[in-house]
Amino acid sequence: MNIPKELRYTESHEWVRREADGTVAIGITDHAQEQLGDIVFVEAPQVGRKVAAGESVGVVESVKAASDIYAPIAGEVVAANADLSAAPEKVNEDAYASWMYRIKPDNVADLDKLLDAAAYEKSAS
Amino acid sequence: MLKTTPLNAGHRAAGARMVDFGGWDMPVNYGSQIEEHHAVRREAGLFDVSHMLAVDLEGPGARAFLQRALANDVAKLKAPGKALYSCMLTEQGGVVDDLIVYFFDDEHFRLVVNAGTAQKDLDWLDQLRVASGAQVKLTPRRDLAILAIQGPRARESFWQCFPDTRAATQDLVAFSAARIGDMMVARTGYTGEDGFEVILPAALAPAAWDKLVAAGARPAGLGARDTLRLEAGMNLYGQDMDESVSPLDAGLAWTVDMKTPRDFVGRKALEENGQRHDFVGLVLLDAGGVLRAHQKVHTPAGEGEITSGTFSPTLGKSIALARVPRGVKPGDTVQVAIRDKKLSARVVKPPFVRNGKSLLPN
Repeated sequence: MNIPKELRYTESHEWVRREADGTVAIGITDHAQEQLGDIVFVEAPQVGRKVAAGESVGVVESVKAASDIYAPIAGEVVAANADLSAAPEKVNEDAYASWMYRIKPDNVADLDKLLDAAAYEKSAS
Repeated sequence: MLKTTPLNAGHRAAGARMVDFGGWDMPVNYGSQIEEHHAVRREAGLFDVSHMLAVDLEGPGARAFLQRALANDVAKLKAPGKALYSCMLTEQGGVVDDLIVYFFDDEHFRLVVNAGTAQKDLDWLDQLRVASGAQVKLTPRRDLAILAIQGPRARESFWQCFPDTRAATQDLVAFSAARIGDMMVARTGYTGEDGFEVILPAALAPAAWDKLVAAGARPAGLGARDTLRLEAGMNLYGQDMDESVSPLDAGLAWTVDMKTPRDFVGRKALEENGQRHDFVGLVLLDAGGVLRAHQKVHTPAGEGEITSGTFSPTLGKSIALARVPRGVKPGDTVQVAIRDKKLSARVVKPPFVRNGKSLLPN
């Protein structure tokens, strides 16, 4: 499985990356895109929305099925990746380059509660 | 314990993602499902459909028995090799299964039935046989495998691998079959493309598969099979119709033959109930998701429901088959509930795609 060491993860197959500007980028893992198959639709949450940890905030649809995207930590949505509405297949091509939305965390320390690469690998296998 | 086809080890070796399909361990995709779909529309794809069951019917009562058991009329089958699509109905007019029946000679027909319903079908047919006293023997042929090679280059690829079959199969018209030794080659399919379905002894299937792949036919899984059949406007049993649904409400009136007074199972119920719904195609107009089975369809005439929906790789849009109130017409715009939104869809007459080309109105 392709699970970069420097990212954090959720059991619901999101990856989470802390950016230099203090925001957090969120996408779905390579394992998740492989399970879903060809992705044809991505719906990210609205910018400005306040989200709670574990809340369903968006959706990814493949040819086969629809799957929710969850917020890994609490915060406010500050950006959505418009490229993916036009080209959802990018998630299949490179899941870790295809961030879906960014949030400004309520509490940066919440990131420490997420899975590290080793723990995610265990959880996903 | 899942059942396996003779090609199971090959699918696994090819890295297929396997799923439980009606109790069978089957490949859903090998790599990209969309690429497999395009291969069938543009060149040739290869499917293992050995989970489906061939059932031979032999005996002097075979034709009369099928005229009683099937909603379509096997009297249409006159030339040896000719095939017919039909539903088999309950007394209440629901669909027990849909199938293809092949005519070999007056005392030998062959049915090909769905995997998930195979045992139910055998029990049902046997019960009908006993009740009617028909002189017919039913033989399920689990010793056979079924391959489908589909696409504009499918027949050429097949002949390249099996040159001895060319003479007997090159003049086959659609919906007819030839038997060459212990192989049956039919110009049928479930994709809306040209091609063959090939029934052969299970032991010969792995070598035949490998040969066809070497000749350029791309292995395609059940995922692509589903998007292809939906684009082709073909029903899937268990999804678009089942025992609770009349063929008249599933877009299959064309397969129900009531031109003669023939007494087939379910006829009385069909005549009493008539057609209660229209069965239409939908094309999603708005962005916002993918049409899927069980989504509600809101029309001026009332509420309907999607029975099959997907993203169409050929059209680049989401499409669906839906059961809607009578009076909903091609060209109408309806609303489909997807999650918390209502999205617009245009009503069209299926099929959506045939022989690689869009049939959508501009």
